[in-house]
Amino acid sequence: MSTAPIITDGAWGTELQAQGLSLGESPDIWNLTHPAAVRAVAASYAAAGSRIVLTNTFRANRIALAAAGLADRLEAINRAGVALSREGAAGAAQVYASIGPSGKMLAAEEVTEDGLRAAFTEQAQVLASASADALVIETMSDVDEAAFAVESARTTGLPVVACMVYDSGRNKDRTMMGTTPEQAAARLEQAGASVIGANCGCGIAGYVAIAARLRAATNLPIWIKANAGLPELIDGRVTYRMTPQEFADHARRLEGVTYIGGCCGTNPEFIRALVAACT
Amino acid sequence: MTDNDSVLGSLREAILKGDNKASAALTNDGLAAGMDPMDLVTHAMVPAMDEVGRLFECEEYFVPELLLSARAMKAALEILRPLLAASGAKSAGRVVIGTVKGDLHDIGKNIVSAMLEGGGFEVIDLGADVSAQKFVEAVQERKPQLVCLSALLTVTMTSMKTIIEALQQAGVRDSVKVLVGGAPVTAEFARQVGADGYGENATVAVSLARKFVQL
Repeated sequence: MSTAPIITDGAWGTELQAQGLSLGESPDIWNLTHPAAVRAVAASYAAAGSRIVLTNTFRANRIALAAAGLADRLEAINRAGVALSREGAAGAAQVYASIGPSGKMLAAEEVTEDGLRAAFTEQAQVLASASADALVIETMSDVDEAAFAVESARTTGLPVVACMVYDSGRNKDRTMMGTTPEQAAARLEQAGASVIGANCGCGIAGYVAIAARLRAATNLPIWIKANAGLPELIDGRVTYRMTPQEFADHARRLEGVTYIGGCCGTNPEFIRALVAACT
Repeated sequence: MTDNDSVLGSLREAILKGDNKASAALTNDGLAAGMDPMDLVTHAMVPAMDEVGRLFECEEYFVPELLLSARAMKAALEILRPLLAASGAKSAGRVVIGTVKGDLHDIGKNIVSAMLEGGGFEVIDLGADVSAQKFVEAVQERKPQLVCLSALLTVTMTSMKTIIEALQQAGVRDSVKVLVGGAPVTAEFARQVGADGYGENATVAVSLARKFVQL
C-alpha cells in the first residue's frame, strides 16, 4: 500500500446488543434511552484506534423510523447520535454520521423518489446541524436510492461517503438490483459523493476485488467496511468464525483504499488488528 | 401460426418484459377468443416465469425485472383465478410467509412473496416482526403446504429456530415444509435450524417451493 489507510470503526448493532439491546428493539432509540451505552461504543472504537467513528443513526430517517413507530423522535435521535459519538471519541476520532436505507423499494413502488429525497434531506440536515464532520450513506442495495440520498446529503455542504452492498449475482459482485461496482461508482460520483465505498455484503475476502474495481472506476477516495464473512450457528448462537487477524490479513490486500473498517461480525478487536496490520 | 399461438406468444412476451397492462389485455383477448384459461397458464405464463428465472440465474435480469415480471404475471392470474377456481383447478400451493420476530426488514420477503404469487401460489403474508405464535396460528388456521421465513439481521436469525421449534411443539411441523432465506442466511445455517430448504434468492425459493408441493 502506498499510503497508510485511515482506520474507521466496526459494527454497532452487535456492540449495543452486548450491552443489553434486545431482539427487535430499535438501536437508534438507544441514543435517547441508553446514551451511556451508545457513547461507550464510540469510545471503545476510538480507544481501539479508529480515526473515524460513525453514529448510531443508521435507521433514523423518517421512513425507517416510522416503521418502528419512532418518527416523532427523529430530530432528537439524530442530534443525540452525533453528540454521543463526539463525546465517546473525545477528540481522538472524527464523527461521520450514518444514513442507512429507507427499507422500502422504489422498484415495487413502496416509496417515491420525492419521498426518499425528503426523508434523506431531513435526516442529513439534522445531522449537519448537530455538527457531524461528514455524512456516510451506507448499506444501500439500490443505486437510485443511494444517488438520491447523496444528492440530499450534499445540500448540507458536508463531504458525503456513498457505499453500496455487493452481495448478489453469481460472483457476489453486484447489488441486489444488479448494479456493478463500475456503474455505482459513476452514478454516485455524478450525484456528488466525495468518497465511494462498499460495506456489509458477503465478507472482506470478496470485497478485495470489489475495492480494486471501484479504485479503477473513479479517482475519488475509496471506503471499505466489510463483514467478517458470513455467520454460522454454533451452539445455538449466531457466530462469525473469522478472527480479527484473518480479517486484517484480507484487509492488507486492499490496494489504494483510503478508509478501512468493519461491518457485521466485527468489534474493537478487529479495529486493533486493522491498525496493527495496515498502518 | 394460429391466432391462439399468437396470443400465447404475446402474453409470454408481455410477462417477460414486465408489461402488466399488456399481459392483462392479452389474457382478456385470449378468453374472448374462447381459449382455455389453463392453456394460457401452462403454455404462456408458466414458461414466461421459467424464462424470467433463467434470465435471473444468468444475470441478465435482476430484482427490478423480477418484480415487474411478477406483477405482469399477477395481473394475468387475477383475471384467470375465478375461472380456474370454477373449473376446479387449484393454486400451485398455499404459502405462509413472514419476516421473523425482531426483524422489521421486509424487502427480501416482499420480493419472494411477489415471485411466489407470480408462480401461481396463494400467499398469506404475515408481514414483518412476526412471532412464533403467529406463525403457529397461521399454519393451524390456513393449513399451508409451505412456511417461508425471512431475516436480514444476524441478531434475528435465531428466531428462525424458535419458530421451527414452536411449529414442532404445536404438532404441525410435519404438515409443512419450511423454507428460510435472507442476506445472512446460508445453506448450512438452514440445516442447523432444522429448515427443509434454503432460498438463496427469490427464484431459487420459487423452484424449491414448486418442488416441495409436488411431494
